[in-house]
Amino acid sequence: MISFDGLRKAYGARAVLDGVSLGLVPGRVTGLVGPNGSGKTTLIKLLLGLARADAGRILLAGAPTDEDGAYRARIGYAPQSPRFPENLAIGEIVAMLRALRPTATLDESLMDDFGLRAEWATPVGTLSGGWRQKVSLACAFLFQPDVLILDEPTAGLDPIAAGVFKQAVRHAREAGRTVLITSHILSELEELADDVAFLTDGRLRFAGPVSLLLEQTGMRRLEPAIAALLGGLRLATTGPGAMGAGRDARPA
Amino acid sequence: MNALVLVLRAGVRDLARNRWLLAYAIVLGAIAESLFFFGGTGNQVLLSLLNATLLLVPLVALVFGTMHVYASREFVELLLAQPLPRRAVFAGLYLGLALPLAAAFVVGLGVPLALHAASSDAPWRALWYLACAGVLLTAAFAGIAMAIALRTDDRLRGMAVALGAWFVLTIGYDAAVLALVSAFGDWPLERPLLGLMLGNPVDVARVLVLTALDAAALLGYTGALFRRAFGTALGPVLAIAALMLWAVVPYLFARRRFLRRDF
Repeated sequence: MISFDGLRKAYGARAVLDGVSLGLVPGRVTGLVGPNGSGKTTLIKLLLGLARADAGRILLAGAPTDEDGAYRARIGYAPQSPRFPENLAIGEIVAMLRALRPTATLDESLMDDFGLRAEWATPVGTLSGGWRQKVSLACAFLFQPDVLILDEPTAGLDPIAAGVFKQAVRHAREAGRTVLITSHILSELEELADDVAFLTDGRLRFAGPVSLLLEQTGMRRLEPAIAALLGGLRLATTGPGAMGAGRDARPA
Repeated sequence: MNALVLVLRAGVRDLARNRWLLAYAIVLGAIAESLFFFGGTGNQVLLSLLNATLLLVPLVALVFGTMHVYASREFVELLLAQPLPRRAVFAGLYLGLALPLAAAFVVGLGVPLALHAASSDAPWRALWYLACAGVLLTAAFAGIAMAIALRTDDRLRGMAVALGAWFVLTIGYDAAVLALVSAFGDWPLERPLLGLMLGNPVDVARVLVLTALDAAALLGYTGALFRRAFGTALGPVLAIAALMLWAVVPYLFARRRFLRRDF
């Protein structure tokens, strides 16, 4: 269980997150959505310790995420724009990441399913964006982490690779892992997400099961439902699902 | 294996295959070889190489280092998302930049100098000082490059600051010192000027090598003062200590920024 509790983060005078409280539950996939600049990536960076919150705290399995970074052994992360040292081969990058977590149990199925072994000796600098994304995703899933943080995971992936990825997410959910995905492709989230958290202007406007959002907006699809939220429909917030919404997840 | 070593090893492997770094080593080698080819003696070649080192090493370390840090930003984020302490990541990144740069300098100049060692009359002490100056300047300017890139998010602005730092330290500084001397010529300025000279790693590196050569006329104003004040025994020790300090201080500045900043 991950709890974001009253998170605030500002860059200069601009508040990027303003009192966000949210809970993520094991065995469920949460889609984090919102317009550009709404604070999605900042929320992820705070969880990973890449940025520091001005106020609030994050709990991972009840323990505050601390400064030494040991908690990150439980997290697999695929960034929005994966870039690796250009002259290193895929195999060298994977070997390095494996050496950084020597005691972790490995799951290399995504390496095989993406066909990365055929390109094992290829320098990353010669790979397309889609291949880099495959490397990044395979590395995120490699250590069978309790928590998967996937920022725009299908950007640049071909349909076959996207299908492989979606299957891997479903397996992760079945294995009881906590999965957080940000994506602007809402049809994709509709396929994968059990819950949705909607951020805009740094505030959480909705958090709950996808079905609740659809029900409350009277829409059949996620995309018009989110559009309705953006349009200012007033919604009830906390759904019957296990996902908890904080005080800020109030009707817009 | 230690996190620092793993990050360092990745950085060294990456830059060892970098074509710009290869070009840097080849250019240095070509300069040295052409100086020998056109009939220079050991001392003359060494003096010319010193001037090339004082201009090229800071320029390459600053420009290449700044670009490298910007290009590594996403990879650094990925590393920081692993269960690693920030200090280890930073130390690995710094050494992964500074060591390949220093190796390119040593190999680039070292190969032609070794090939012509038999016919050269350059004192060995001066050769060692040149190698020492090049490596320590690389370490200092790699640290300055990292501090600039970590301080300035905008790449274009960061590059402009890096080039500005190069201009100030390689050209502007001595010009400013000369202007100071002209303006306050009637005052006893020797001690303050010695302090000022230690404040510029390029000046310190120049003095270090020239203390081993009979070339007082090339020392520049602050260098001449340095030689007169410290002679040949204490001078090199002090110069090497000052260069080592110059390697450490920018590193500490950059590390402080790295530990505190948001990515």
